[in-house]
Amino acid sequence: MSEAGRYQPYSYFQLMEVSLRELLVEKGILTEAQVAETVEDMRQRSPERGARVVARAWVSDSYRKKLLEDGTKACEELGLDVPALRLIVVENTPQAHNMIVCTLCSCYPRMLLGIPPDWYKSRNYRSRAVREPRAVLSEFGLFLEEGTAIRVHDSTADMRYLVLPMRPAGTEGWSEERLASIVTRDCMIGVAVPKAN
Amino acid sequence: MVEARFRRGDRVHVRAAYPLGHIRTPYYIRGHSGVIERLCGSFGNPEELAQQRSGEPKQPLYRVRFLQKDVWPAYRGNPGDLLEVEIFQHWLE
Repeated sequence: MSEAGRYQPYSYFQLMEVSLRELLVEKGILTEAQVAETVEDMRQRSPERGARVVARAWVSDSYRKKLLEDGTKACEELGLDVPALRLIVVENTPQAHNMIVCTLCSCYPRMLLGIPPDWYKSRNYRSRAVREPRAVLSEFGLFLEEGTAIRVHDSTADMRYLVLPMRPAGTEGWSEERLASIVTRDCMIGVAVPKAN
Repeated sequence: MVEARFRRGDRVHVRAAYPLGHIRTPYYIRGHSGVIERLCGSFGNPEELAQQRSGEPKQPLYRVRFLQKDVWPAYRGNPGDLLEVEIFQHWLE
């Protein structure tokens, strides 16, 4: 720790992490280098990965179909390695809006979106998303049309979910990179929709 | 591996059981009825895996679709609003 400033003792969980890590290294089960590499790998994952997938589906209808059919395979096609992740991509339409939650813990497509935001893991979001999704969405500033049904996906076991949002009007002729830039993390969880700036 | 007993479109009922342990069937959905949306494949039984056992035989895992208004009696919203939950076969009847 090279942080300047006043001394702060480790919290319970920080202390547990350090103790466990040191023990694993001492016993030769892991090396410090492996731990550092894994942490770095996790840090590299960000919602830009998911945004690339969405943008490709917006410009290529055949890719979109493949993505909905077999999310894991479609990601591999873009060079995104999604091991041990069975990805289900759910598509927003004018008739139905999709939203993802894990009521039991915080299952999340980390390979495509990185580390989940704190609110995703909060008891408030997890308990309310399944029973009053419209109220939750309105708190995110998203107000759906009366006629649009909501599909809430509770990620309870081995599947991981990604929302494929609708491509907004006003983005005709945009490049894939530019399209990807408006696909935010929240759009792919289903608590927001992309906007042409 | 356990044989898959249900198919897309089958009406199923989630067991209203409350055993101790690491259960991946959410409490709120137990005792409710829905329709099989798809079979996801077969996976190690999480209740066994959590006990450091092998998780074998693997259990078929389904996505089951419920109507929000069936699950929450006071639900307000579009009557077509849905809730889809992954549930292992041994929790369905």
